[in-house]
Amino acid sequence: MTKLHENKNMQLLFGLLMGIVFGFLLHKGGVSKYDIILAQLRLTDFTVLKIMLSAVIITMLGISYLYPKGRVKLQVKPGSIKNSIVGGLIFGVGFATLGYCPGTIAAAVGNGYLDGLIGGMIGIIIGSGIYASFYSDLKKKKLITEDRFSGRSLFDSFKGHPFRYTLPFSAILVLVMIVAEIAGL
Amino acid sequence: MRVFSMVQWSPYVVGILIGALNLVAMLLSDKVLGASTSYAKASGMVRNILDKEYVKKNEFYLQNAINIDWGFMLVVGIIIGAFISAGLSNDFNLVLVPPMWANEISNSFFVRFIIAVFGGIVLGIGSRWAGGCTSGHGISGTSQLSILSWVASIFFFIGGIITAFLIYGL
Repeated sequence: MTKLHENKNMQLLFGLLMGIVFGFLLHKGGVSKYDIILAQLRLTDFTVLKIMLSAVIITMLGISYLYPKGRVKLQVKPGSIKNSIVGGLIFGVGFATLGYCPGTIAAAVGNGYLDGLIGGMIGIIIGSGIYASFYSDLKKKKLITEDRFSGRSLFDSFKGHPFRYTLPFSAILVLVMIVAEIAGL
Repeated sequence: MRVFSMVQWSPYVVGILIGALNLVAMLLSDKVLGASTSYAKASGMVRNILDKEYVKKNEFYLQNAINIDWGFMLVVGIIIGAFISAGLSNDFNLVLVPPMWANEISNSFFVRFIIAVFGGIVLGIGSRWAGGCTSGHGISGTSQLSILSWVASIFFFIGGIITAFLIYGL
């Protein structure tokens, strides 16, 4: 597997192919559409959350099976609780204003949304560039930090086989979706 | 295959398949699904054309290589995949202003364009500040049981829900 992971051209092809599948699924899920994303944020339709939670359950249970066998490596992002809260809120403002997120906007472009292509995508690139310009200052002023949660996964903190905690946790997430269904959302 | 020409599938089916795709990415590519980093790379590529010296010295671009990698191809693939799905289900339409926005706010493309650029800028800053987006944190990080990803994802929605109500009212 390591050999395959290091094969650059093959990985570029895999990225493209997996992206095609991802984009296909995002469109089939309806989240390539502004109206469905905003309906989630206005709490009238829970399609976005249902897709996300179902995906989380499957990936989490898959990792629970594969990780103890050493078949997959975890890819946990660095940062801090503070970054997650402040950055998360800024992201949220942009998410609702634009009506797409960085992944779904690519699907929206494939679906024909021109406000996504010539508005949003350019905006995200500019915004990322602005962040890059201020990155050193943000770090110096400790506005962005790293704390003890940086790059950490609870898979490495909890003892015992992962299924012992991921199965009950999955049940809770399923319950959240059942509640959304019963509420007719 | 009639299933491919359906405009919309059950969100649970879509979610399960995205979850499985994420596992395939981990196994075959040692990667997880995530989109926002590619926009940061794109910003570096554009600036590399405008001012090479700046990019060479910028701490962010030094830490985050500007190259076309797996994640960049993933975003390119998303556009193609959505286009294929939309085409198969006769759902590809060129839309200037999304219907909800046109009905409740304004049907001017200029207004929508300005707001979309502004929203995109804020989204770009926020995704880098938080270190990921709805896929990188919201699906991949949360499923790897990263506390930071759970907190970020919850705040994506807190910020998003408040802003959506400010835009559209209660």
